[in-house]
Amino acid sequence: MARITMREAISQAMWEEMERDPNVFILGEEVGVWGGSYAVTKGFYDHFGGERVRDTPIAEAAIIGAAIGSAMTGLRPIAELMTINFAFSAMDHIVNQAAKLHYMFGGQFVLPLVIRAVGGGGRQLGATHSQTPDAIFAHFPGLKVISPGTPADAKGLLKAAIRSNDPVLFIENATMYQVRGEVPDGDYVVPIGKSTIQRPGKDVTIVTYSKGLEISMKAAEELAKDGIEAEIVDLRSLRPLDMGPVIESFKKTNRAVIVEEGWKSYGVGAEVSSRIYEQAFDYVDAPVVRVAQKEVPLPYNRTLEQSALPQPADVVAAVREVL
Amino acid sequence: MDKAKLLDLYYQMVLIRRLEERGAELYQAGKIGGFMHLYIGQEAVSTGLIAARQPQDRVITAYRDHGVAINCGIPANQVMAELMGKATGISQGRGGSMHMADVTRNFWGGHAIVGAHMPLAAGLALGDKYAGRDGVTICMFGEGATNIGYFHEALNLSKVWTLPVLWVCENNMYGMGTTVERASAVSEIQQKAEGYGMAHERVDGMDVLAIYEAAKKAIETVRSGSGPRMLEIMTYRFRGHSMGDPERYRKQEEVKKWEEHDPIGVFHAYLTGNKKATTKALEEIETRAKADVQKAVEFAEASPEPGLDTLFDHVYVEEV
Repeated sequence: MARITMREAISQAMWEEMERDPNVFILGEEVGVWGGSYAVTKGFYDHFGGERVRDTPIAEAAIIGAAIGSAMTGLRPIAELMTINFAFSAMDHIVNQAAKLHYMFGGQFVLPLVIRAVGGGGRQLGATHSQTPDAIFAHFPGLKVISPGTPADAKGLLKAAIRSNDPVLFIENATMYQVRGEVPDGDYVVPIGKSTIQRPGKDVTIVTYSKGLEISMKAAEELAKDGIEAEIVDLRSLRPLDMGPVIESFKKTNRAVIVEEGWKSYGVGAEVSSRIYEQAFDYVDAPVVRVAQKEVPLPYNRTLEQSALPQPADVVAAVREVL
Repeated sequence: MDKAKLLDLYYQMVLIRRLEERGAELYQAGKIGGFMHLYIGQEAVSTGLIAARQPQDRVITAYRDHGVAINCGIPANQVMAELMGKATGISQGRGGSMHMADVTRNFWGGHAIVGAHMPLAAGLALGDKYAGRDGVTICMFGEGATNIGYFHEALNLSKVWTLPVLWVCENNMYGMGTTVERASAVSEIQQKAEGYGMAHERVDGMDVLAIYEAAKKAIETVRSGSGPRMLEIMTYRFRGHSMGDPERYRKQEEVKKWEEHDPIGVFHAYLTGNKKATTKALEEIETRAKADVQKAVEFAEASPEPGLDTLFDHVYVEEV
């Protein structure tokens, strides 16, 4: 067990998997000589060489399309999108190809493919570079969509993703690369599609993932000062979505707040709250409340941007509303 | 090419033609659904091209894929069953007309989003290069696909990475109802290969042997490690873009003029004129192809529908 950053955990997962399996390789913009725009693949090019750490042209459809094609031949590509905002340039290949090729040809094509993409706001990058469009991708059967909230999950889930024979979108948050946490050494794998309790409590259930976990943890500390114990469920996987721990917690607390960084409309919170009503209606003591990004393209100005993003205070207020 | 192979090519072309003619009837009768794009008129292209490949060479194409499926060796039974959406279809009734593939025969589909399969082709070729295999990926696409970004991204990547791809443009001169001149900055598609530093050649798409010879040379050159190349094969579809095409964009005289160069007729004349086959032998092939189509229709009709309990099969490889 070592205390390392999210960046190091992601890097470690890929390094170990590349050492373990020669069919694993990385492709993307600036992943090689540069060492990755967010330095996640620093040192990889020198160690593994240009055949396995492939710098690509700025051509997202070609990156994801070539990753898919090579996966169909049995390789295990990790395609890095410099940011998830560029995924829209490869939308056809993610949605029409990766998510469907296994099904549409009666199971003949197998796509052991990982797409790593970093998203999230809060860095004054303006509207086009600050999005959290996770829910869009989670809409499509055939894709697996995961997004870790801790360094340990980042390592364990990425390893699971690389070993999965299905296409996996692995979403990172750029403001969390420096987050530190205990990460098991060596071969640590976290199964895809399992939610987990990150903080036990009895008064209210907070359902969240990724950046929302960081926000919710801060909110829970505030609430604890007033004797309110929030239980935090981390979804970790958006598809497949594991509602087990959510429902179990909700049956105990009878109250839920859902926290996500993306927009509220048609979002992860909408899906989770609907499932709570469907699966635990008799246990509802208060309407489920969603905390999410305000419905606006994120502005550049720091004050405006922060006002549009969900904050711990918003979560605290939401919890007080449901209690 | 020896006589047996020549006759086999003739058989394949006739089989595709007869199978699609029956397909059109079955479509009108409501037994085939969805979109269906006929290859009639273009049979020489994939027949000549695929005859020139080695078993390790991959083929990937767009949605006009029935002929390619036959040429890659998928039995007519499974093609027809897929058209009818049956469990015995090559894609188990999941894909339909536009989505046929057979991994065991190195046929990688049947792709319905224009141009989107081209980056996939680059990836297939990367798979072979990475593993040190000597396979060549043959990627077919229409001239209409050369105006979409995927084409340019894929060609560029294939050249930058020296991937073993043979890009094959089937120029049938219409993207649905829009002529190549109205849609493409250059109507001679092979010029686009110049922009990516690729060797290219234009070939008569009504002459199966010309296509075979050009493809043979091109495939082996790509195999030698010299990087991607392009063939532009000039052809013409005798039927509409799809089954629901009113054909207001072209005159019947134009179609008739092209039908005088019917690739099956051209090949028939070559075979009899050069004493490669007798008229009687070719008639026998015709009879055999018709019988095989009839058997395929009977097989498809008698095949079961996919079970409702299989609806969720193949969404994922692993249980979720």
